[in-house]
This record gives sequence, C-alpha cells and structure tokens, in this order.
Amino acid sequence: MTEAFPSALVGPSSKERKYDRQLRLWAASGQQSLEDSRVLLVNSDGPWSKQNTGVSGVVGVETLKNLVLPGIGGFTIVDPAVVTEPDLGVNFFLEEESLGKSRAEETCRLLRELNPDVEGSFQTKPITELLRDPEFLPQHKLVLISGPVKRSTLETLRKAAKSLGIPVLYTRSVGFYSIFSLQLAAVFPIVETHPDPESTQDLRLLNPWPELAAAGASISNLDSLDGHQHGHVPYILLLLHHLEQWKETHDGNVPSNYKEKTEFREMVRSSARTSNPEGGEENYDEAVAAVLKSLNPFSLRSSIREIFEMEECTRLTPDSPDFWVIAAAVREFYQRHNVLPLPGSLPDMKAQSADYVSLQNIYKSKARKDVEEVTELVRSIEAQLGSRVAQVSDKDVEIFCKNAAHIKVIHGRGIPQVNGDAHSLKALRNHLSNPESLIPIFLAFEILDDIVTDIQDGKRPEEVLDDEAVWEAGIDRIIGVLTSDEPSAVDEAARERIRKAARELRRTQGGELHNISALSGGLVAQEALKVITRQYGPLDNTCIFDGVRSGSEMYKL
Amino acid sequence: MASPDAPLRWKHLYKVLTKAGPFSDEDWVPGQETITSLESSKLLVIGAGGLGCEILKNLALSGFKDIHVIDMDTIDISNLNRQFLFRQADIGKPKAEVAAAFVERRVKGVKITPYVGKIQDKDEDYYMQFKIIVCGLDSIEARRWINSTLIGMVDFEDPESLKPLIDGGTEGFKGQARVILPTLSSCIECQLDMHAPRPAVPLCTIATIPRQPQHCIEWAHQIAWQEQRKDDTFDSDDMDHIGWIYSAALERAKQFNIPGITFQMTQGVVKNIIPAIASTNAVIAAATTSEALKIATSCNPYLENYMMYAGEEGVYTYTFEAEKKPDCPVCGNLARNLTVDSNMTLEAFIETLGERPEAQLKKPSMRTEEKTLYQRFPPQLEEQTRHNLKLKLKELIADGQEIAVSDPAYTIDFRFRLAFQ
Repeated sequence: MTEAFPSALVGPSSKERKYDRQLRLWAASGQQSLEDSRVLLVNSDGPWSKQNTGVSGVVGVETLKNLVLPGIGGFTIVDPAVVTEPDLGVNFFLEEESLGKSRAEETCRLLRELNPDVEGSFQTKPITELLRDPEFLPQHKLVLISGPVKRSTLETLRKAAKSLGIPVLYTRSVGFYSIFSLQLAAVFPIVETHPDPESTQDLRLLNPWPELAAAGASISNLDSLDGHQHGHVPYILLLLHHLEQWKETHDGNVPSNYKEKTEFREMVRSSARTSNPEGGEENYDEAVAAVLKSLNPFSLRSSIREIFEMEECTRLTPDSPDFWVIAAAVREFYQRHNVLPLPGSLPDMKAQSADYVSLQNIYKSKARKDVEEVTELVRSIEAQLGSRVAQVSDKDVEIFCKNAAHIKVIHGRGIPQVNGDAHSLKALRNHLSNPESLIPIFLAFEILDDIVTDIQDGKRPEEVLDDEAVWEAGIDRIIGVLTSDEPSAVDEAARERIRKAARELRRTQGGELHNISALSGGLVAQEALKVITRQYGPLDNTCIFDGVRSGSEMYKL
Repeated sequence: MASPDAPLRWKHLYKVLTKAGPFSDEDWVPGQETITSLESSKLLVIGAGGLGCEILKNLALSGFKDIHVIDMDTIDISNLNRQFLFRQADIGKPKAEVAAAFVERRVKGVKITPYVGKIQDKDEDYYMQFKIIVCGLDSIEARRWINSTLIGMVDFEDPESLKPLIDGGTEGFKGQARVILPTLSSCIECQLDMHAPRPAVPLCTIATIPRQPQHCIEWAHQIAWQEQRKDDTFDSDDMDHIGWIYSAALERAKQFNIPGITFQMTQGVVKNIIPAIASTNAVIAAATTSEALKIATSCNPYLENYMMYAGEEGVYTYTFEAEKKPDCPVCGNLARNLTVDSNMTLEAFIETLGERPEAQLKKPSMRTEEKTLYQRFPPQLEEQTRHNLKLKLKELIADGQEIAVSDPAYTIDFRFRLAFQ
C-alpha cells in the first residue's frame, strides 16, 4: 500500500523534467536502455573521386541528432571526409569554420552541444580499417550506415554486425527519394509492443473466474435498487447478470453468434429504466455498446500461437534468453487453462467509486494470481535447465504477463539486394507489377549502389552518375536478374516506371536535399529508438520515402 | 543576391532547380529564374517549438533567405529533449528570438526576423507580405484563427492574395502534414472533425464519484483549488502549484482507495501534456518544408493535400486528398448541420459545442436571424439573454432553423442548421 500511496511529495528531478515528454512514451525502462546504448554512425566510406567527396551524410547526422536529444548513451561517427563548400549548403551540423576540417570531428562537436549527457567520439579512418580492431564494433548496440556505399564495404560491415548480433540500419537519401532497411537478428522478440488500449481489453465475461462470477451474482436484487443505485451498477456486472439470465433459457449456453448477440443486446437494452428524467441510464448504454465487442470467447491470436510453436520456445537450453523461458512458462499456463494470463486492467465505466474499485481489485488480484502461477512455472523451468547466469526477474515475468496477448517476434532479414535470395526476388517482382508501388525507387537505388561501387573501385569516372547509357545498362542488368527464371515478369510499363524513378534519382547526381534527409533522419531515428528500447514495433524490413508524391511504403524484402 | 560561391555551396539544391525531372510540370522553366524566385520568397513560420525549430533549419537549408517567425512562448526545460536550437542557458528566453539568432548564425546569408507575441496581434497587411505560411503549432485554436484569416484575405482579383498554408502537427509517434490553398482546397475548418478533442470527464464524476487517479487530479485542479486557494491564480508552470494539486489529489485518492497517482501524471492531466519526441518532429517538419520548397519553385508537384504519419508499428504514411466541404463555416457557403435533442436546454447545448468534433467552440454566443439567443458580452446583454439558458431548444428555435455562433477566439461567425433528433 505504501507504494500505491506515496506520502512524501517527490517532485521530478531535473533529468525527468528534461525528458518528460518522451518518458510518457517509453517510460524509465526505455530511457535506461537508451542511456545504456552507444550507436555507431558510418557516415561515409571516403570520397568517390578527387572532385566528389561522396556521401554528404546529412541523413546520418540528422538521425544522430534525433538520438542525441533524447539522451542516447553515446555515439561514434566514422567519416573520412573533409568538409567542403557543398557540405555547408546541406548539413546543419557544420559551420563556416568547419571548412577544410575533418567532417567526423566537426559534426561530432556540434552534435555533442545538443546534450551534455551524451558522450560522442569520432574516427577519420575508413570503417574497413577500423573493423580490424576486434574491440571496435562490439562497443556499439546499433550500426547506422549512410549510403550509397561500396558493396564490399557494406557486406563486410553487415556481416561483422550480424555475427555480433548488432542491428544495422542502412540508409540512402538522394534527391527527393530515400530508402532504409533494418537488419535484425533472425529472432528479435518484443514484449512491450504498446498496442492500442482498446484492442487489449480482456474482460473474460463469457468465462468468468469464481470471484468475478460471484460479483455478477451479487446484483440479483437489481429491481429493488433505487434510481441512483440502479444507474450506477458497473456495466460489467450488468452483462454478467444478464448472461446468467440468458443461459437459463438457452440450455446453459451463452450468446454465440451475431443473431444471438443482437437478441441479447436487446434484452439488456430493455432492462434499462427509462422513466427517469434522463430517459435512460448511462451504465446500460455502456453495457449495450459492449455486447458485440466484449462477448467473445478467448481465442489465442495466431501470431502468439506461432511464437509458442517456435523451436526457441519448445526447446529451451540453459542459454535461452529470458524471453523464451517466460514464453515457455506462459505457453504451459495456456495449455493448462486455455487462456493467457489476465492483463488485469479495467476500463473506466459509470459506477460508484467503491463498486468500481472493488471490481478493479477482482481483476487485479486475478492478474496477480496468474503472474504468481507463471512465476512458479518459470522457476521450475529454471530448475530443470540447470545452471543459468541469472534468475529471470519477477518484474520481467509481470511485464510479460501483462503484454502476453501482444508480444511479437520479428524474424530479422539481411539488407535486401536485387541479387539476394528467392524471397526478395519474388517480392520485388510482385510489387513491381503494381503501378502504385515504390519498388522502382528501390531498384533505382540498387543501380546507384552499383555505379558508386564502380566509381569507388576506380572502374568508372564520377561523370557516369548522370550518364544515360550507364543507367540504361544498369536497368537492363536489374531487369535481367528479375526475369532470369520468369521472362515475362517485367513488362514495358514497369520498365518505364523504373526508368522514371532512375531519372528522378539521377537529378542530384548522388547529392542530398536537406528536407528529405531531415525527414528520413526522423524516420530512421524512430526505428533506432524502437530497436534500442525494445518497445513498439520496428520496421520489417524496408521503407521507401517518395518526396515527389509525399508518401512512404513498407516492404518485406 | 547570391554570393559568388553560391553555386558551389548550393550545388545539390541547385541541381533540382536547374534541371527538370520526370515528374515536374512540363511548363516549368528550370534555371536562374527559379533560383531567384526562391531566394526572394518571404516566408512566415508560426511557432518556434518542436516543429518550428526544425522548420527554420530546413527552410534555411532549402535556400530561402527571408524568413519571419512568430512565437509567444519562452523556453522551458522540458523543451530541450527536442527543440534543438535551445540550450540549458536559454531557459526563460523567448523561443522566437533564440531560434532565429541560432539559425542565422549557422546558415550564412539567411535573414530570420523574430516576433515574440501572438498571431492575433498581427493584421491582414502583415500576413499579406508573405508568399507561404508554414505552421508548427500545438493549438487547434491558433490554427483555426490563421486559417480563417488567410481565407478572409483572398481577393479573387489578386492572385498574390492567396497564401498557401502548410500545416504540421504531432502527437507522440504520430503526426500529419497538410497543404491548404485558401478557398481552393479543403481547409483546417473542413477537416476539424478529423481532430476531435478528448472527451472531458463529467463534472459529477469528478465531484462525487471518482474512479480513476485522473478524476482525483481533476478534482484537486478544478474544485479544491477554487475552494481553498481562490486568491492565488493557478499557474501550471509553477512546480509548487503542481505539488499542491498532487498532494490534494493524493489525499482524495486515499479516501476513495484509488491507487496510481504520480507527480508525472498530475502534471500531464493539469497541463494536458501531449508526448513529443525529436524524431516525429523531424519527420513532420521536413514534410512541411519539402512542400514549401516544391510550392515556391515548382521543381516537383506538391502534396494534394494531406499526409498522415504513424510510427508505432514500422513506418506508416497515408497520403490522400481531404475534401473541401460545402458546409464549412469558413470556406463554404452553407450552414453546417447539427443534429440536436430538442428537449436539451440552451445551456446544455452550449456546453456540447465545446466538445462536438465539428464545432469545438468553448465560449460561444449565438443568435438566429430574428433574435439573440445568448450573448456573453457586454454584461448588459448577457443579463438580458441569460434566462434563455434554462429554456429548451424547442422553445427557442424551430426544427431546421439556422443559428450564427460567434466565439471570442475567432473573428468569424459559424453558421449551423439545427435539426431536431
């Protein structure tokens, strides 16, 4: 009780005040994860040629800005480039005095000014060189890459991060287009997905546990109540009461289909008192409105069933992450009871204070009991598994139980490529046939990556960035890959869409526009925050933004 | 106007201004003329907060040279998690001035003129000088005010009088950007019901039957303060005042056995705090400024006319054309239909106008063509019409009758046709 009713006035600390507006989204636990994380930004892989400094890296710096402000633990900027005049026209985190200096150093300095709580450092060596130090990459919880980057560099970095289980966000922002992909571990579980509160209501009205059923039975004297009391019986109890009545005339069955539910709804509606001055009762209105929504038998969502059937859940090992130990316990709970642990929250409703609080307590104590049972299951699983590094915390079990119906596991994939696996190829072909799809932009970026790779390898001069023939050849090559085992897969209209996207992309010859990079930096930071805090739902796995048509699409490639 | 190193500095931007793309208008002539027109466009930014800071930065780096910014607020510690032009040492200073000075210092050649005050301080002559107005506000009321002002300014003889309004808004991981061409496309008022206010808790719940911690906080804020500290003006930025509300709410919650009150929640309820983060602001602000660049230069087609964004589950945007409504009280010429219960008193009806998504008027006065139903100012008129408050609607007006509603927050009248249920 002391926890529920703090007696001393404890105002917020200055840190809580500074971060107030975001703590309301990801709470202290999310903030802690953020502060415990260091991110790596690979903002360029060196110049493309003598005249062209290559990627301006605005999108990378803008992404970091959106992570430094909310208080990420630290960041490292890797960027061999030197600040040139065009950088000043597009990058806000450089100033006149930065000209000629290391871009990594200057952007690092000006980003650090944003938040004294954040630690920042920089490296002017190319990333491939830095990766030779085995200590370098593991300091980071997330890798951000600003492209287009030479394919061999991307591959090396991507693989190194994958082997360490570090997520990667590969972003390209050129002209009016941007694209980014998230590479996650093959199995990436999330407990706190923050679903819409409406969709999380689990009231168990069709299969009440004994205490709830007893509460429903306690209002059998409805007719004897005075107007005020009658108008304040919580609608949950009204529904339970009328369900019992219904069962008496329906062989003990609850209303199960739409027709029966509408009939039941009328039965509830007709029990409201209408002779009062208001001509009705709000609690009955609430009961009527809840019939179709709340009178559904518990059913396990297919996504949760899939998680329960995953090998990670069915074959635990001493090294299994806590998530899977708890998931296995909850699975056992489900097998015993055919329901998940009760979340225990109760929506607000017309009721007297004391009646509401006691009903709320019935839900809360059931939820607590379920948590206790799952905790016991966790402990016995731990005992069977033998030596584990640390015990699963009670708090984690509790959070898991509260969110059990909405947990999520993302099956992470690599950074997509046209030359990638069969899944990518098929997805690309399918989307390409839709005239509204943004996939032509993805393909145009793939061609750009090829061209940049050739330039960086010294195979072509930088002028080819806007060379019609080179781009046409690139389009041919990509269409060749897409149609290799299905010659009719790309028609002339689709080819024209790719050509148009390529022409728009060529307009700036690889250069960034500040607006598009700022917008994309916002989107990428948002994904970074979700990955780092392990809250909400990260991208799976590619997002394309079209600044010409002002919209985006997500693709699983 | 452009300095000799401009072509090099603005290399990337100039490429889209001097070269047509596959989607730019066929009649558009790229080149120096476009650059000159961009650099001579005077823009107004309303709001120098979460969106405003980003908007100012983006416009400066989009090549605009003459930008004005209006904001009446001063910098608070809770701004620092996203309003990146402000530092700890700036707390208490006016946002517009600090933001303008910062961007001017950072981006060579841009002039940013701050005005610390309300948008309502300025008249039509002031707004007439701008080419485009970009809004980053957290208040629906201010948006509605600028919207109706810009619509009122349109003179069909003078194309220059039509000022595109680009509006951004955010809440947590969500937001929207929209482009409004006053009188030509759907306006803020047409779209009002897409942004419904949160329903208020009934006063009787707060006064007699609290169930949620929020109800106890509302009680302390709306009732206890009035009763016990009526000589002190409540200031939601005063930590001692919030502290008092918190203690009073806790006391009440204890009485009713309601757990869960925290200081953070107290602040949230009392100040109606909306969660806000840097990343969402970055997305929405850049969405608005990208449209500003496209409108000012024609380098690509602009948004017609609404992009909504939600970032909780991956990245979701939905771009569509919101419809212009013929019964829009601001840009339409028909009265808007409101279905009402004819047995409702005028007083109850007036209360619902604050919450009805299609009205959202907090202090309405109203009249029919023949008579005044209720008039708040001046006091003599209020006294004369007060007795109507207790009358039922059917005793005052006929089914289908039109009423004109005014509200001190807006300069125009809202026309509603009341249809009885």
